Amino acid sequence: MKLQARTMAALLGGAAMALGLAASPALAQGANEQFIPHLVYRTGPYAPNGIPFADGVADYYKMINERDGGINGVKIAFEECDTGYNTDRGVECYERLKNKGATGAAGVIPLSTGITYALIERSYADKIPVFSSGYGRADASDGRVFPYVFTLPATYWTGADAAVTYIGQQMGGVDKLKGKKLAFVYHDSAFGKEPLPLLEALKNKYGFELKTFPVAPPGLEQKATWLQIGRQYRPDYTIMWGWGVQNSTAIKEAAAVGYPMEKLVGVWWAGSEQDVVPTGDAAKGYKAIAFHAPGAEYKVIRDIKQHVHGKGQASGDGSHIGTVLYNRGVFNAVAMVEAIRAAQEKHGNKPLTGEQVQTGFENLNLSTEKLARLGLEGFMQPFKTSCADHEGMTPVRIQQWNGKQWQFVSDWIEPNRDLIRGLVEESAKKYAAEKKIELRTCS
Amino acid sequence: MTGMLYELTIGPFVAMAEFPLFFIEVLVGGLLSGVMYSLVALGFVLIFKASGVFNFAQGAMVLFAALFFAGFMDMGMPVLVALVLTIGVMVLLAYSIERVVLRPLVNQPHIILFMATIGITFFIDGLGQQIWGSGIRSIEIGLPKQPINFGEVQINAFDIISAFAAGLLVAGLALFFQYTRIGRALRAVADDHQAALSVGIPLQTIWVIVWTVAGIVALVAGIIWGSKLGVQFSLAMVALKALPVLILGGFTSIPGAIIGGLIIGAGEKLGEVYWGTALGGGIEEWFAYMLALGFLLFRPQGLFGEKIIERV
Amino acid sequence: MIYREAGQFKTSYAADQAIFPIRQDRIGVALILLVAFFGVPFAANDYFLSTIFLPFLVFSLAALGLNILTGYCGQLSLGTGGFMATGAFAAYKFATAFPDMHIVFVLICAGLATAGVGMLFGLPSLRIKGFYLAVATLAAQFFLIWLFVKVPWFTNYSPSGVISAPPMKLWGDVWVTGTGATAATRYLFCLSVVAVLAMLAKNMVRSSIGREWMAIRDMDIAAEIIGIRPLRTKLIAFGVSSFYCGIAGALWAFCYTGSVEPGAFEISRSFQILFMVIIGGLGSIVGCFLGAAFIILLPIFLSNAPALVGLSISVATVSHMEAMVFGALIIFFLVVEPHGLARLWQIAKEKLRLWPFPH
Repeated sequence: MKLQARTMAALLGGAAMALGLAASPALAQGANEQFIPHLVYRTGPYAPNGIPFADGVADYYKMINERDGGINGVKIAFEECDTGYNTDRGVECYERLKNKGATGAAGVIPLSTGITYALIERSYADKIPVFSSGYGRADASDGRVFPYVFTLPATYWTGADAAVTYIGQQMGGVDKLKGKKLAFVYHDSAFGKEPLPLLEALKNKYGFELKTFPVAPPGLEQKATWLQIGRQYRPDYTIMWGWGVQNSTAIKEAAAVGYPMEKLVGVWWAGSEQDVVPTGDAAKGYKAIAFHAPGAEYKVIRDIKQHVHGKGQASGDGSHIGTVLYNRGVFNAVAMVEAIRAAQEKHGNKPLTGEQVQTGFENLNLSTEKLARLGLEGFMQPFKTSCADHEGMTPVRIQQWNGKQWQFVSDWIEPNRDLIRGLVEESAKKYAAEKKIELRTCS
Repeated sequence: MTGMLYELTIGPFVAMAEFPLFFIEVLVGGLLSGVMYSLVALGFVLIFKASGVFNFAQGAMVLFAALFFAGFMDMGMPVLVALVLTIGVMVLLAYSIERVVLRPLVNQPHIILFMATIGITFFIDGLGQQIWGSGIRSIEIGLPKQPINFGEVQINAFDIISAFAAGLLVAGLALFFQYTRIGRALRAVADDHQAALSVGIPLQTIWVIVWTVAGIVALVAGIIWGSKLGVQFSLAMVALKALPVLILGGFTSIPGAIIGGLIIGAGEKLGEVYWGTALGGGIEEWFAYMLALGFLLFRPQGLFGEKIIERV
Repeated sequence: MIYREAGQFKTSYAADQAIFPIRQDRIGVALILLVAFFGVPFAANDYFLSTIFLPFLVFSLAALGLNILTGYCGQLSLGTGGFMATGAFAAYKFATAFPDMHIVFVLICAGLATAGVGMLFGLPSLRIKGFYLAVATLAAQFFLIWLFVKVPWFTNYSPSGVISAPPMKLWGDVWVTGTGATAATRYLFCLSVVAVLAMLAKNMVRSSIGREWMAIRDMDIAAEIIGIRPLRTKLIAFGVSSFYCGIAGALWAFCYTGSVEPGAFEISRSFQILFMVIIGGLGSIVGCFLGAAFIILLPIFLSNAPALVGLSISVATVSHMEAMVFGALIIFFLVVEPHGLARLWQIAKEKLRLWPFPH
């Protein structure tokens, strides 16, 4: 009995190893299809946020195939790979999928700062665009140092700048910020620390007092942090840079110490339904910055409902349509598709390589008319990319949770373009020096 | 340098004395959250006491129980029905663990059993999320969440109620162990498996009972923590918070879990607020472990643990 | 029939005490090394090299380190991730502070730095034993990760806290890190490092220090009575183990991922390495490699298996199934063969000696 069990164990062990080595699935791919890998996290600690985003991206791709027959006739083929927000699984997914399809991957959306950093390393050799919209490295906006990384439409620096400007506006003007107290609560990781240099620069510019409160990931314990903020420091406004369970915990703890929700402004990754619903009524009045609109009333969302959900093709369970993170997924997919379309104008209406799609990303011009044609009127701001500017730096808006849904409560706030671009170029130069990268010349 | 030295040694106490009311708030907040840690630690202690197994799956059991409870409630059942059903699920879980994992590994060294519980952790993590999905769920059973003011000092109502619930549970368990027949049998099994067997105590049944009780403790912890944080994957990481409590209090003592929890909870919060800024903030994670480690160096078996008698 | 020692006579003590006394073993190992050095880089594509073989090598090295500490010396440690992080960051600091230092020296210095840290955190082991020690090593794990996140000096004041390996070369134009390094070069470099260190480890555990470790593991009080100094032995175990884990961490950051943040070395990493050691076999060098292969290949197999069989399952289900199968397999292995895959391999060899005869 023991012997048979042992033999089984040996066979299982050997089989798993052998098959693991052999497993390199070659899924049949159409010759005239553009392949896009779809890195998602439907499991793991950040799954509640990853699921609506993944659904948004997938639904938009499907809609383009259904409604338009693809991008100028070239259908999109995408394959999901679950990363669990884990950097080495993300890299493994990327390596497995990057050469699939007729011409390889058009681009990749990592949705994780850790995976983004790892893929940036590989982007130089693989020549596949890394599209890290609103996360990742803020200095990757400098296209001369990072030819294959795109941070459009706004980076953390643009967002933090907009948050401070909004707070200033609430006080009667940015000159009124002098001497006021601001608190910055952040996820103690690359993601959370990214805005710090910009906040320091703004502190010097406007003269406010800034105290930073790091929260150790994943952020389950924040009682001490919020006791300090709410009962000891008592700032005029608090900016929060969190992701996942840290956000809902923070809102709960803030409510528990009686900190007013209207004075709490979160980053766009801390402003979704998943962050406020667990807290219930106490979250009413909480604000967040956003570069796109929430809600399901936009034509693009209606088209998805009609062409994808209506035909029973919804990704996931279809319940997240119109939520903040779903719409963000849609935005990411829109940018990817439009980049491919722009690249096709140069290289022809056929499946393109990553290198060719990169030219599309660099010549993206989403004007107001184009947005209206795409069904995105009012959904987001128009922007333009170029060889040196991979960000576009669109204005940002503030949305507020009223207990049932997110609503815009401010106009589109212009960023301090020169200040931010200056910081971007300085930081990119340092990176280039460290990695011995030569700056591209952009005409 | 001297500034840093001051900030680390005298500064915190000066700050405490400067604003005594805030200090009391932090202290009370810490004690109350410490009680919540004890809840999770209790499950560990129960299983270790009765079967000598360090059950790493306790955190996953908290998540598992919370998922089923939240899931049943989302399906529309009233609170009591959901509670009873979830207890049933935990009984089933305890029985399967005993059958599949504990019985075949009866005489193995402790590290093997520990590894087996890690395997259980993965299994029930996957199972729970496969059945109920990875989305976030909230548990609303009417616990109040707003702060209450005692004069100038503000304490959160939720913390008080959860501390009360945990205290009740602990008192109940302590009485159970002291005064009932099964409690005595559990203590006998913890002392010596062979001797307990020879006196006629059914080992397998005892183990199922112990794991069920631990499961119920996990359920209570899951409901309380789930109301606080929402039911999601990160809940399983609460177990890591309970480990310093275990080191401090000893692996085999129920009062140790409580006292250890209080010390760790209070120490953690006070450390973060008063020493944290000097060290850059965010020290909560390792401060508890360092505190426990410090205690261990003076008392290797924890405050209340059984002195380890080694024989050559 | 094939695997027999009949006819192989040893004429010196040295020959008798060789690591592979049987000629067939020597041939086998030589073949494996030949294939590994010359066959794999040419036959395997980039994907296999950089996402399967490279992490396999790095993980085997870390598993070697942990096995020395837990398998041979009996000190259960959950701080492996923290020590790997120390190695990665130490290597980064050495590489950036001394840009002309050769990568081999950078690795050695990083290993020595980690050994120092490891010995520091090993000091409590004299007072604390068993699970208490395991939980105490968690203190090391959390503290080290916090340190690298918090103190900007470690990342050369980078705002993001992510370190990326500067391009370094072995000689001439052969780059092993940075964007100029091909997967094959990185693989061969790591393979050489791991081969040398594994050889060292095998010799260490067969020598007197190895025997002292095993004595402490089996009966530490009796060991102390016969004259083995427990603190010295345990500290050496922590030091050597951390040396290996440190180099593994440095190779992870430099050759495998290219850039790393402290979050890559969290507690889940420590558990992953512990699994490799347990499933591979505690107290066995070859077990480290078997365990690492198993843990790396199993998730890949599980995520690709449904496609191979033709089923299309949602990505989330696949991940959940992975976790469940993983947990179930761990329990299965522990029940059936608690000494791990290495023991299974040993039994296979014993059977092979008699084959085709039954006994």
